[in-house]
Amino acid sequence: MNEPEKVLVRAQGLRKEYGRQGGLVRAVNSVDLEVARGEALAIMGPSGCGKSTLLHLIGGLDRPSAGELWLAGRRIDRLSERELAGLRRHEVGFVFQAYHLMDELTAQENVELPALLAGRSPGEARRRARQLLDQVGLAERADHLPSALSGGQRQRVAIARALANEPQLVLADEPTGNLDSAATLEVLRLFEALHAAGLTLVIVTHDERIAATADRLISMRDGTFVDETHLAGGTRGNLVDLAGLGSE
Amino acid sequence: MQQEVVLAMLAKEPSQGYQLRARLDRALGPLGEAMNDGQVYVTLGRLEKAGFITRRVAAGTSTDRKLYELTPAGQERVTEWLSEVSWPKPDLAEFHLKLIAAAQAGLADPIGIVDMQRRELLRRLREVERAAMAESEHSDAGLLLEGIVLRLQADLRWLEACERVWTEWRSKS
Repeated sequence: MNEPEKVLVRAQGLRKEYGRQGGLVRAVNSVDLEVARGEALAIMGPSGCGKSTLLHLIGGLDRPSAGELWLAGRRIDRLSERELAGLRRHEVGFVFQAYHLMDELTAQENVELPALLAGRSPGEARRRARQLLDQVGLAERADHLPSALSGGQRQRVAIARALANEPQLVLADEPTGNLDSAATLEVLRLFEALHAAGLTLVIVTHDERIAATADRLISMRDGTFVDETHLAGGTRGNLVDLAGLGSE
Repeated sequence: MQQEVVLAMLAKEPSQGYQLRARLDRALGPLGEAMNDGQVYVTLGRLEKAGFITRRVAAGTSTDRKLYELTPAGQERVTEWLSEVSWPKPDLAEFHLKLIAAAQAGLADPIGIVDMQRRELLRRLREVERAAMAESEHSDAGLLLEGIVLRLQADLRWLEACERVWTEWRSKS
Protein backbone atom coordinates (compact mmCIF):
# COMPACT_ATOMS: atom_id res chain seq x y z
CA MET A 1 0.00 0.00 0.00
CA ASN A 2 1.29 3.46 -0.73
CA GLU A 3 0.93 6.22 1.81
CA PRO A 4 -2.44 7.80 0.98
CA GLU A 5 -4.02 4.37 1.24
CA LYS A 6 -2.63 3.71 4.70
CA VAL A 7 -2.50 7.17 6.22
CA LEU A 8 -5.67 9.20 6.07
CA VAL A 9 -4.57 12.30 8.00
CA ARG A 10 -1.06 13.64 8.16
CA ALA A 11 0.00 16.85 9.87
CA GLN A 12 3.51 18.22 10.01
CA GLY A 13 4.58 21.15 12.15
CA LEU A 14 0.95 22.21 12.34
CA ARG A 15 0.40 25.54 14.11
CA LYS A 16 -2.52 27.77 14.87
CA GLU A 17 -1.97 31.14 16.47
CA TYR A 18 -4.40 33.76 17.62
CA GLY A 19 -3.67 37.43 18.38
CA ARG A 20 -0.31 39.02 17.72
CA GLN A 21 2.98 39.89 19.40
CA GLY A 22 2.48 40.23 23.18
CA GLY A 23 -0.98 38.69 23.08
CA LEU A 24 0.00 35.81 20.84
CA VAL A 25 -1.61 32.51 21.79
CA ARG A 26 -0.35 29.32 20.18
CA ALA A 27 -3.48 27.17 20.39
CA VAL A 28 -1.78 24.43 18.37
CA ASN A 29 1.99 24.45 18.55
CA SER A 30 4.02 22.38 16.07
CA VAL A 31 1.92 19.26 16.05
CA ASP A 32 2.97 16.21 14.03
CA LEU A 33 0.28 13.62 13.59
CA GLU A 34 -0.56 10.61 11.49
CA VAL A 35 -3.94 8.91 11.62
CA ALA A 36 -4.15 5.56 9.89
CA ARG A 37 -7.18 4.62 7.84
CA GLY A 38 -9.65 2.78 10.03
CA GLU A 39 -8.06 3.99 13.24
CA ALA A 40 -10.03 5.31 16.22
CA LEU A 41 -7.95 8.04 17.82
CA ALA A 42 -8.87 9.92 21.00
CA ILE A 43 -7.25 13.21 21.95
CA MET A 44 -7.58 14.23 25.59
CA GLY A 45 -6.48 17.23 27.52
CA PRO A 46 -7.72 20.03 29.77
CA SER A 47 -9.94 22.81 28.42
CA GLY A 48 -7.92 25.26 26.38
CA CYS A 49 -5.17 22.76 25.51
CA GLY A 50 -5.88 23.22 21.80
CA LYS A 51 -7.56 19.92 21.10
CA SER A 52 -10.73 21.40 19.58
CA THR A 53 -8.68 23.82 17.48
CA LEU A 54 -6.67 20.88 16.17
CA LEU A 55 -9.88 19.06 15.28
CA HIS A 56 -11.17 22.13 13.44
CA LEU A 57 -7.94 22.35 11.45
CA ILE A 58 -8.12 18.68 10.44
CA GLY A 59 -11.73 19.10 9.33
CA GLY A 60 -11.15 22.28 7.37
CA LEU A 61 -13.30 24.40 9.70
CA ASP A 62 -10.27 26.57 10.33
CA ARG A 63 -6.94 27.20 8.66
CA PRO A 64 -3.51 26.60 10.17
CA SER A 65 -1.09 29.51 10.67
CA ALA A 66 1.80 27.27 9.61
CA GLY A 67 2.60 23.68 8.82
CA GLU A 68 1.34 21.12 6.37
CA LEU A 69 -1.87 19.14 6.51
CA TRP A 70 -2.83 16.23 4.29
CA LEU A 71 -6.09 14.33 3.96
CA ALA A 72 -6.05 11.11 1.92
CA GLY A 73 -2.86 12.19 0.22
CA ARG A 74 -4.16 15.62 -0.73
CA ARG A 75 -2.65 18.72 0.77
CA ILE A 76 -5.46 20.74 2.35
CA ASP A 77 -3.81 23.55 4.33
CA ARG A 78 -3.80 25.83 1.31
CA LEU A 79 -7.21 25.13 -0.18
CA SER A 80 -9.49 28.00 -1.20
CA GLU A 81 -12.66 28.66 0.82
CA ARG A 82 -14.69 26.94 -1.89
CA GLU A 83 -12.48 23.89 -1.88
CA LEU A 84 -12.60 23.74 1.91
CA ALA A 85 -16.38 23.87 1.85
CA GLY A 86 -16.38 20.96 -0.58
CA LEU A 87 -14.02 19.04 1.67
CA ARG A 88 -16.24 19.58 4.71
CA ARG A 89 -19.23 18.43 2.73
CA HIS A 90 -17.81 15.30 1.15
CA GLU A 91 -14.77 14.05 3.00
CA VAL A 92 -15.48 14.76 6.64
CA GLY A 93 -18.37 14.26 9.04
CA PHE A 94 -18.64 16.32 12.23
CA VAL A 95 -20.21 15.45 15.58
CA PHE A 96 -20.46 18.14 18.27
CA GLN A 97 -21.13 18.16 21.98
CA ALA A 98 -24.35 20.18 21.61
CA TYR A 99 -25.55 18.10 18.59
CA HIS A 100 -26.12 21.22 16.41
CA LEU A 101 -29.33 19.81 14.94
CA MET A 102 -31.84 22.11 13.26
CA ASP A 103 -34.65 22.42 15.79
CA GLU A 104 -37.40 22.96 13.25
CA LEU A 105 -36.48 19.93 11.13
CA THR A 106 -37.34 16.31 11.95
CA ALA A 107 -34.63 13.74 12.60
CA GLN A 108 -35.09 12.48 9.05
CA GLU A 109 -34.80 15.99 7.55
CA ASN A 110 -31.73 16.76 9.62
CA VAL A 111 -29.99 13.70 8.22
CA GLU A 112 -31.16 14.44 4.65
CA LEU A 113 -29.85 17.99 4.67
CA PRO A 114 -26.11 17.38 4.08
CA ALA A 115 -26.91 15.00 1.21
CA LEU A 116 -29.20 17.60 -0.41
CA LEU A 117 -26.54 20.30 0.04
CA ALA A 118 -24.04 17.99 -1.62
CA GLY A 119 -26.31 17.84 -4.66
CA ARG A 120 -27.97 14.48 -4.24
CA SER A 121 -31.52 14.01 -5.42
CA PRO A 122 -34.31 14.30 -2.82
CA GLY A 123 -35.21 10.66 -3.30
CA GLU A 124 -31.64 9.53 -2.82
CA ALA A 125 -31.20 11.75 0.24
CA ARG A 126 -34.38 10.35 1.75
CA ARG A 127 -33.33 6.74 1.19
CA ARG A 128 -29.88 7.35 2.61
CA ALA A 129 -31.28 9.15 5.68
CA ARG A 130 -33.74 6.36 6.37
CA GLN A 131 -31.01 3.79 6.14
CA LEU A 132 -28.74 5.78 8.47
CA LEU A 133 -31.45 6.35 11.07
CA ASP A 134 -32.09 2.64 11.00
CA GLN A 135 -28.38 2.03 11.51
CA VAL A 136 -28.32 4.24 14.62
CA GLY A 137 -31.45 2.53 15.95
CA LEU A 138 -33.82 5.46 15.45
CA ALA A 139 -35.90 4.39 12.45
CA GLU A 140 -39.05 4.75 14.53
CA ARG A 141 -38.17 8.29 15.59
CA ALA A 142 -37.50 9.58 12.07
CA ASP A 143 -40.44 11.99 12.17
CA HIS A 144 -39.67 13.41 15.61
CA LEU A 145 -38.32 16.89 16.12
CA PRO A 146 -35.08 17.05 18.10
CA SER A 147 -37.00 18.53 21.05
CA ALA A 148 -38.94 15.25 21.31
CA LEU A 149 -35.74 13.19 21.55
CA SER A 150 -33.47 12.42 24.49
CA GLY A 151 -29.89 13.69 24.52
CA GLY A 152 -28.54 10.31 23.53
CA GLN A 153 -31.03 10.05 20.67
CA ARG A 154 -30.17 13.55 19.44
CA GLN A 155 -26.52 12.65 19.36
CA ARG A 156 -27.30 9.51 17.40
CA VAL A 157 -29.21 11.62 14.86
CA ALA A 158 -26.18 13.91 14.69
CA ILE A 159 -23.94 10.90 14.05
CA ALA A 160 -26.29 9.70 11.30
CA ARG A 161 -26.12 13.19 9.78
CA ALA A 162 -22.32 13.11 9.93
CA LEU A 163 -22.42 9.95 7.83
CA ALA A 164 -24.86 11.29 5.22
CA ASN A 165 -22.25 11.84 2.51
CA GLU A 166 -20.19 8.75 3.29
CA PRO A 167 -17.19 10.61 4.68
CA GLN A 168 -13.77 8.99 5.01
CA LEU A 169 -13.30 10.59 8.38
CA VAL A 170 -15.57 11.43 11.30
CA LEU A 171 -14.42 14.12 13.71
CA ALA A 172 -16.16 14.36 17.07
CA ASP A 173 -15.77 17.13 19.63
CA GLU A 174 -16.86 16.02 23.13
CA PRO A 175 -19.63 13.83 21.70
CA THR A 176 -20.64 12.53 25.14
CA GLY A 177 -20.12 15.82 26.99
CA ASN A 178 -23.86 16.36 27.52
CA LEU A 179 -24.85 12.73 28.02
CA ASP A 180 -25.52 10.60 31.07
CA SER A 181 -23.90 7.25 31.65
CA ALA A 182 -26.47 5.14 29.76
CA ALA A 183 -26.60 7.49 26.75
CA THR A 184 -22.80 7.55 26.69
CA LEU A 185 -22.83 3.79 26.32
CA GLU A 186 -25.22 4.08 23.33
CA VAL A 187 -22.84 6.47 21.61
CA LEU A 188 -19.83 4.28 22.44
CA ARG A 189 -21.63 1.30 20.91
CA LEU A 190 -22.34 3.27 17.77
CA PHE A 191 -18.76 4.47 17.39
CA GLU A 192 -17.58 0.94 17.96
CA ALA A 193 -19.83 -0.32 15.14
CA LEU A 194 -18.58 2.42 12.80
CA HIS A 195 -15.00 1.64 13.74
CA ALA A 196 -15.60 -2.05 13.07
CA ALA A 197 -17.02 -1.08 9.66
CA GLY A 198 -13.70 0.59 8.82
CA LEU A 199 -14.48 4.26 9.41
CA THR A 200 -11.67 6.50 10.69
CA LEU A 201 -12.54 8.38 13.88
CA VAL A 202 -10.80 11.25 15.61
CA ILE A 203 -12.47 12.14 18.89
CA VAL A 204 -11.58 15.02 21.14
CA THR A 205 -12.83 14.43 24.67
CA HIS A 206 -12.66 14.78 28.42
CA ASP A 207 -14.45 11.47 28.77
CA GLU A 208 -12.16 8.64 29.82
CA ARG A 209 -14.77 6.18 28.61
CA ILE A 210 -14.32 7.17 24.96
CA ALA A 211 -10.59 7.44 25.41
CA ALA A 212 -10.48 3.91 26.78
CA THR A 213 -12.32 2.46 23.80
CA ALA A 214 -10.10 4.12 21.16
CA ASP A 215 -7.13 2.34 19.58
CA ARG A 216 -4.79 5.14 20.51
CA LEU A 217 -4.92 7.97 22.98
CA ILE A 218 -2.97 11.20 22.71
CA SER A 219 -2.72 13.62 25.63
CA MET A 220 -2.42 17.27 24.78
CA ARG A 221 -1.24 20.21 26.93
CA ASP A 222 -0.65 23.80 25.91
CA GLY A 223 -0.99 23.10 22.21
CA THR A 224 1.36 20.12 21.99
CA PHE A 225 1.23 16.36 22.41
CA VAL A 226 2.70 15.21 25.71
CA ASP A 227 1.85 11.53 25.83
CA GLU A 228 0.69 8.73 23.58
CA THR A 229 -0.84 5.43 24.65
CA HIS A 230 -1.79 2.42 22.56
CA LEU A 231 -4.67 0.79 24.32
CA ALA A 232 -5.49 -2.06 21.96
CA GLY A 233 -4.69 -5.43 23.47
CA GLY A 234 -4.18 -4.47 27.08
CA THR A 235 -5.07 -6.33 30.21
CA ARG A 236 -7.50 -9.20 30.21
CA GLY A 237 -9.34 -10.97 32.95
CA ASN A 238 -9.58 -8.10 35.40
CA LEU A 239 -13.35 -7.96 35.32
CA VAL A 240 -13.88 -10.37 38.16
CA ASP A 241 -11.50 -8.55 40.50
CA LEU A 242 -12.92 -5.18 39.51
CA ALA A 243 -16.41 -6.32 40.44
CA GLY A 244 -15.22 -7.65 43.78
CA LEU A 245 -15.99 -11.23 42.82
CA GLY A 246 -12.52 -12.67 43.37
CA SER A 247 -12.56 -15.80 45.52
CA GLU A 248 -11.50 -15.25 49.13
CA MET B 1 -17.93 -13.58 46.95
CA GLN B 2 -19.80 -13.25 50.22
CA GLN B 3 -21.55 -16.36 51.53
CA GLU B 4 -24.52 -14.12 52.27
CA VAL B 5 -25.11 -13.64 48.54
CA VAL B 6 -25.87 -17.33 48.08
CA LEU B 7 -27.85 -17.34 51.29
CA ALA B 8 -30.00 -14.40 50.20
CA MET B 9 -30.68 -15.98 46.81
CA LEU B 10 -32.15 -18.97 48.63
CA ALA B 11 -34.63 -16.66 50.33
CA LYS B 12 -36.75 -16.62 47.16
CA GLU B 13 -37.43 -20.37 47.29
CA PRO B 14 -35.69 -23.66 48.12
CA SER B 15 -33.39 -24.36 45.19
CA GLN B 16 -30.85 -26.74 43.77
CA GLY B 17 -27.24 -25.72 43.31
CA TYR B 18 -27.44 -25.44 39.55
CA GLN B 19 -30.51 -23.20 39.81
CA LEU B 20 -28.62 -20.79 42.06
CA ARG B 21 -25.71 -20.86 39.66
CA ALA B 22 -28.03 -20.01 36.74
CA ARG B 23 -29.53 -17.07 38.63
CA LEU B 24 -26.08 -15.78 39.51
CA ASP B 25 -25.07 -16.09 35.87
CA ARG B 26 -28.04 -14.02 34.78
CA ALA B 27 -27.26 -11.32 37.33
CA LEU B 28 -23.55 -11.23 36.54
CA GLY B 29 -23.48 -11.72 32.76
CA PRO B 30 -19.88 -11.94 31.51
CA LEU B 31 -18.64 -11.85 35.11
CA GLY B 32 -20.53 -15.04 35.89
CA GLU B 33 -18.53 -16.97 33.30
CA ALA B 34 -15.35 -16.35 35.22
CA MET B 35 -16.88 -17.66 38.43
CA ASN B 36 -15.60 -21.04 39.50
CA ASP B 37 -18.23 -23.77 39.08
CA GLY B 38 -17.46 -25.29 42.45
CA GLN B 39 -17.74 -21.96 44.26
CA VAL B 40 -21.50 -22.18 44.74
CA TYR B 41 -21.27 -25.73 46.09
CA VAL B 42 -18.39 -24.92 48.43
CA THR B 43 -20.39 -21.98 49.76
CA LEU B 44 -23.50 -24.13 50.20
CA GLY B 45 -21.41 -26.61 52.19
CA ARG B 46 -20.15 -23.87 54.50
CA LEU B 47 -23.62 -22.43 54.99
CA GLU B 48 -24.95 -25.87 55.87
CA LYS B 49 -22.18 -26.39 58.41
CA ALA B 50 -22.98 -23.01 59.95
CA GLY B 51 -26.61 -24.04 60.34
CA PHE B 52 -27.97 -21.38 57.97
CA ILE B 53 -29.37 -23.86 55.44
CA THR B 54 -30.55 -27.46 55.38
CA ARG B 55 -30.37 -29.93 52.57
CA ARG B 56 -32.98 -32.42 51.58
CA VAL B 57 -33.50 -34.65 48.59
CA ALA B 58 -36.20 -33.36 46.29
CA ALA B 59 -39.22 -35.66 46.32
CA GLY B 60 -39.42 -38.14 43.46
CA THR B 61 -35.93 -37.53 42.18
CA SER B 62 -32.60 -39.31 42.34
CA THR B 63 -30.31 -38.71 45.31
CA ASP B 64 -28.17 -36.10 43.61
CA ARG B 65 -31.11 -33.69 43.36
CA LYS B 66 -30.36 -31.85 46.54
CA LEU B 67 -32.67 -29.05 47.49
CA TYR B 68 -31.30 -26.37 49.78
CA GLU B 69 -33.47 -24.26 52.01
CA LEU B 70 -33.03 -21.57 54.64
CA THR B 71 -33.24 -22.39 58.36
CA PRO B 72 -34.71 -19.75 60.73
CA ALA B 73 -31.12 -18.78 61.60
CA GLY B 74 -30.39 -18.38 57.89
CA GLN B 75 -33.52 -16.29 57.44
CA GLU B 76 -32.36 -14.05 60.28
CA ARG B 77 -28.86 -13.73 58.84
CA VAL B 78 -30.28 -12.64 55.45
CA THR B 79 -32.40 -9.93 57.07
CA GLU B 80 -29.39 -8.72 59.02
CA TRP B 81 -27.16 -8.74 55.92
CA LEU B 82 -29.68 -6.74 53.86
CA SER B 83 -29.60 -3.98 56.46
CA GLU B 84 -25.79 -3.83 56.69
CA VAL B 85 -24.08 -0.83 55.11
CA SER B 86 -20.71 -2.38 54.30
CA TRP B 87 -19.05 -1.01 51.18
CA PRO B 88 -15.81 -1.94 49.40
CA LYS B 89 -12.87 0.09 50.63
CA PRO B 90 -11.28 2.42 48.09
CA ASP B 91 -7.77 1.83 49.46
CA LEU B 92 -6.04 4.86 47.96
CA ALA B 93 -3.54 5.47 50.74
CA GLU B 94 -0.96 3.08 49.33
CA PHE B 95 -0.78 4.89 46.01
CA HIS B 96 -0.76 8.29 47.72
CA LEU B 97 2.16 7.24 49.92
CA LYS B 98 3.97 5.73 46.96
CA LEU B 99 3.99 9.13 45.27
CA ILE B 100 5.20 10.87 48.41
CA ALA B 101 7.91 8.32 49.09
CA ALA B 102 9.11 8.38 45.48
CA ALA B 103 9.28 12.17 45.48
CA GLN B 104 10.98 12.50 48.86
CA ALA B 105 13.62 9.88 48.13
CA GLY B 106 14.12 11.16 44.59
CA LEU B 107 13.74 7.55 43.44
CA ALA B 108 11.17 8.08 40.73
CA ASP B 109 9.19 10.86 39.13
CA PRO B 110 5.73 10.95 40.73
CA ILE B 111 4.23 12.15 37.44
CA GLY B 112 5.69 9.10 35.71
CA ILE B 113 4.07 6.88 38.32
CA VAL B 114 0.75 8.66 37.81
CA ASP B 115 1.01 8.22 34.02
CA MET B 116 1.74 4.52 34.38
CA GLN B 117 -1.20 4.08 36.71
CA ARG B 118 -3.49 6.00 34.37
CA ARG B 119 -2.59 3.69 31.48
CA GLU B 120 -3.36 0.68 33.62
CA LEU B 121 -6.75 2.09 34.67
CA LEU B 122 -7.60 3.01 31.08
CA ARG B 123 -6.86 -0.56 30.01
CA ARG B 124 -9.17 -1.83 32.74
CA LEU B 125 -11.81 0.68 31.74
CA ARG B 126 -11.46 -0.52 28.15
CA GLU B 127 -12.08 -4.08 29.22
CA VAL B 128 -15.18 -3.15 31.21
CA GLU B 129 -16.53 -0.93 28.41
CA ARG B 130 -16.13 -3.77 25.94
CA ALA B 131 -18.07 -6.06 28.24
CA ALA B 132 -20.74 -3.36 28.77
CA MET B 133 -21.12 -2.76 25.02
CA ALA B 134 -21.69 -6.47 24.51
CA GLU B 135 -24.57 -6.59 27.02
CA SER B 136 -28.13 -6.14 25.84
CA GLU B 137 -29.81 -2.91 26.89
CA HIS B 138 -31.74 -4.18 29.88
CA SER B 139 -29.41 -6.80 31.30
CA ASP B 140 -28.85 -6.93 35.05
CA ALA B 141 -25.13 -7.29 34.42
CA GLY B 142 -25.14 -4.00 32.49
CA LEU B 143 -25.91 -2.16 35.69
CA LEU B 144 -23.05 -3.84 37.52
CA LEU B 145 -20.67 -2.99 34.68
CA GLU B 146 -21.86 0.62 34.76
CA GLY B 147 -20.94 0.73 38.43
CA ILE B 148 -17.44 -0.51 37.68
CA VAL B 149 -17.09 2.07 34.90
CA LEU B 150 -18.13 4.90 37.19
CA ARG B 151 -15.68 3.85 39.91
CA LEU B 152 -12.82 3.64 37.44
CA GLN B 153 -13.77 7.10 36.18
CA ALA B 154 -13.63 8.41 39.74
CA ASP B 155 -10.15 6.88 40.16
CA LEU B 156 -9.02 8.43 36.87
CA ARG B 157 -10.23 11.83 38.06
CA TRP B 158 -8.26 11.44 41.25
CA LEU B 159 -5.18 10.64 39.16
CA GLU B 160 -5.80 13.91 37.30
CA ALA B 161 -5.75 15.71 40.63
CA CYS B 162 -2.54 13.85 41.57
CA GLU B 163 -0.96 14.91 38.30
CA ARG B 164 -1.95 18.53 38.81
CA VAL B 165 -0.58 18.72 42.35
CA TRP B 166 2.65 16.88 41.60
CA THR B 167 3.25 18.99 38.48
CA GLU B 168 3.05 22.08 40.69
CA TRP B 169 5.41 20.42 43.15
CA ARG B 170 7.90 19.62 40.38
CA SER B 171 7.85 23.16 39.04
CA LYS B 172 8.59 24.50 42.53
CA SER B 173 11.39 22.09 43.43
